[in-house]
Amino acid sequence: MAKHHVTATLNGSPVEFLCETQQTLLEVLRDELNLTGTKEGCATGDCGACSVTVGGRLVCSCLVLGAEVEGKRIETIEGMASGTELHPLQQKFLEHAALQCGICTPGMLIAARSLLERKPDPTEEEVRYWLAGNLCRCTGYNKIVDAVLAAAGEMRRA
Amino acid sequence: MADTVLYPERELKVVGTQPVRPDGVPKVTGLAQYGADFTLPGMLWGRILRSPHAHARIRAINTKKAEALPGVKAVITAADLPEQKFDYVGPERVAINFWHMTRNILAREKVLYEGHALAAVAATSKSIAEEALKLIEVDYEVLPHVIDVDEAMQPDAPLLFEDMITRGVQPPPTKPSNVSKRIEFKLGDVDKGFAAADEIVEASYKTKPVHQGYIEPHACLARFDTDGQAEVWSSSQGHFVVRTFTSRLVGMKVGDLRCHAAEIGGAFGGKTVVYVEPIAVVLSKKSGHPVKIMMSREEVFKASGPTSGASMTIKLGVMRDGRIVAAEGIFKYQAGAFPTSPVMNGCMCSFAPYDIANVRTIGYDVVCNRPKTVAYRAPGSPISAFAAESTMDLAARRIGMDPIEFRLKNIARPGSQTVWGAKLAHAGFAETLHALQKHPGYKAPLGKNQGRGVAAGYWFNGGGESSATVHVNEDGTVVVAEGSPDIGGSRASIALMAAETLGIPYENVRPIVADTNSVGYTQATGGSRVTYATGMTVINACNKVIDEMCVRAAKLWKVERADVIWEDGHARPAGKRAGEFEPLSFKAIAAKRTATGGPITASAAMNAEGQAPGFSAQFCDVEVDPDTGYVKILRYVAAQDVGRAIHPGYCEGQIHGGVVQGIGWALNEEYIYDRNGRMENPGFLDYRIPVASDVPMIEAIMVEVPNPNHPYGVKGVAEANIVPPTATIANAVHSATGLRLTDLPMSPPKVLAALDSARKR
Ligand code: FES
Ligand code: FES
Repeated sequence: MAKHHVTATLNGSPVEFLCETQQTLLEVLRDELNLTGTKEGCATGDCGACSVTVGGRLVCSCLVLGAEVEGKRIETIEGMASGTELHPLQQKFLEHAALQCGICTPGMLIAARSLLERKPDPTEEEVRYWLAGNLCRCTGYNKIVDAVLAAAGEMRRA
Repeated sequence: MADTVLYPERELKVVGTQPVRPDGVPKVTGLAQYGADFTLPGMLWGRILRSPHAHARIRAINTKKAEALPGVKAVITAADLPEQKFDYVGPERVAINFWHMTRNILAREKVLYEGHALAAVAATSKSIAEEALKLIEVDYEVLPHVIDVDEAMQPDAPLLFEDMITRGVQPPPTKPSNVSKRIEFKLGDVDKGFAAADEIVEASYKTKPVHQGYIEPHACLARFDTDGQAEVWSSSQGHFVVRTFTSRLVGMKVGDLRCHAAEIGGAFGGKTVVYVEPIAVVLSKKSGHPVKIMMSREEVFKASGPTSGASMTIKLGVMRDGRIVAAEGIFKYQAGAFPTSPVMNGCMCSFAPYDIANVRTIGYDVVCNRPKTVAYRAPGSPISAFAAESTMDLAARRIGMDPIEFRLKNIARPGSQTVWGAKLAHAGFAETLHALQKHPGYKAPLGKNQGRGVAAGYWFNGGGESSATVHVNEDGTVVVAEGSPDIGGSRASIALMAAETLGIPYENVRPIVADTNSVGYTQATGGSRVTYATGMTVINACNKVIDEMCVRAAKLWKVERADVIWEDGHARPAGKRAGEFEPLSFKAIAAKRTATGGPITASAAMNAEGQAPGFSAQFCDVEVDPDTGYVKILRYVAAQDVGRAIHPGYCEGQIHGGVVQGIGWALNEEYIYDRNGRMENPGFLDYRIPVASDVPMIEAIMVEVPNPNHPYGVKGVAEANIVPPTATIANAVHSATGLRLTDLPMSPPKVLAALDSARKR
């Protein structure tokens, strides 16, 4: 069957790709566009490792088809830093040792950024509930929550 | 928060600080390459065909149709792997039998669990590979299966291996069974001990298999060249292990296989074996293309190692003053489809925190129709600790003693005898209990339906073989090439210790995990061994570098080597030449390398001994919802003897992570099977690991009782923390409800059923 031709905006730049009907956005990013920063932990929408935003909305890219993003604006972990300057969340994750293996980190960062866009001053509980869809097996979440709260504080002061 | 430093030591400048890890930035920008992130030109996708049956004889496999599908480049079955000799090799605690291992990679005579691999394909796209799997025809004769450990031990249980005679029983049984091995440890005379006891407490327990639950599924990329050489990139705790196992299973020379350690997305013991690597190598060999294989999450649950479920009985004899005079444990562990569960560890660790004169532990290693178990964080110890530490709590209640006091009364100290013969050589257990006892929360009042529980746990910690090379660059920076895959920040701790030893800034040290052709043999990352053993190896290499730097300074000053000392990152003239020259910095000597003898580089390799055991003591407060049975963790405090925290942030992180895994084990995680032996919850939705909103902030207390055998006092921190949680929580639930839960997980339906039956009474 012929592949779909899709045009979209990826991390601010125009992008086009061909994909099979059943290929997910996650597969398109990783296998067709070589952006492997977005991770696959389950491919069933349960772990959040594949978190990206589409049109500003936080989604699991394993639950979105590549063909669905025609004309949409997609943001992935590769677009989070501005040039060589890390996003405050990235910086705080490093400073707070909020990653051990780091496989959950891209998804956590994308999800946390979405939270702070909506709620610049979240409580610990709000952070925990917002990130409940992003599994981390290594850290026990302490330092992730700390890092998000610290980044929120810094972004409010900026 | 750090507690008591008992042994004053030399002043440290770098060790104990918390810099950003050397591999941090690529991990927050998405550029770090994990197992599934590698590609090569012409690469194919490999997929694996798995058994839908829990137990079946394979009458025939027909791959013709799959091979004929356009885009399919290779199809393999067990016939493409050489047969292996039946032989248990290596130390008994972790014995390996390649006859079993090759059958787990690709089934031969029978499939032994749902998800058991039996064929694989490589194709030009994922979808073609998937399609091809459906075209492979397997003729199965479905056989009766057995899942539960107690059922598997019944005389009439279906047999996984018709010729398996239990090892470790004299005289050997005449009939085959599913019991692969029986082991027994004995100290003193338990019968006499029980006879003398004021009180005897006995209880039986069951636990379910739980999965390590790393977020990154197994993945690898392999290429096999026509000259017989191959290369593998994979997510593994030991790329040297990948090399050893894969070369053996594929039938190639060790030197022809080069293995690279990808960044690893969690492992916890589960990536100390191979699943996909030999298959990818053989597919590559057969197809002439590089091959990538990624497991799905479902495959991870069904076909990669959980740890054992178990059935256990504990008996304790205590005096009214709190002394334990006898302890006995019977531990039956599921090995999964092939022998060797961590039951021996369970037998050794269960009573190891305590000094008890009379102890007997008996272990059974039992096969059943579920995936072959593999190491999971302190393998074996959390399982036996659930039983032993729950019974400790019952005993403390029986004699009306505070549970920390009761443990302190019996705590093992240097010189205490262990059940396996060695004497405890290190302090730290009592110190850790004291630190826990001092926590202000320990005496805080509790509300309605709330309870507090205490438990402790032991882990051996590891030493073993490591290699490292330190290269000095011309600007005074250094590269440390070592062989330990970095799971949780070990490159940071290695760089800290190298910087401390060399007397240079942390930022000037670049640690890398070198591939198997670029550094000497190094055992897998596991057993909490890396910061200890690989760290010590790196320190040795750094000391050789320092010696060479002194040689170079002597040359520059035209003095004897003996007249140069190394202090504070500088070579200084000493002895009769003291004060004669300005000290030379590390950087200044590095700049003169060409004129003083060429490249400055030093290697070290060792089989590290002298590791000190890990010990953790924890308390938690829970609230049990009487209407739903839901157990909420209100507060969790975990004290652990870390020896010395090299990077305190990552040290604490190990404690947080281990405790939260333990909370999942205690409250939710389990493999659920249907009547046909098929797993009903092979996904993160139904196999529920803790999420951020399930847990509070874990309070970690790092107790530092340095290990005198390590230059910086390291003990290893990754595992002791997961040993106490299940019992800590069960003991808290007992305090909250008056009910003793002996069956894990303590999920809401089970707790509610227990509450309901108590209400009826
Ligand atoms: S990979 Fe998409 S949620 Fe897990
Ligand atoms: S850091 Fe490993 S899963 Fe989060």
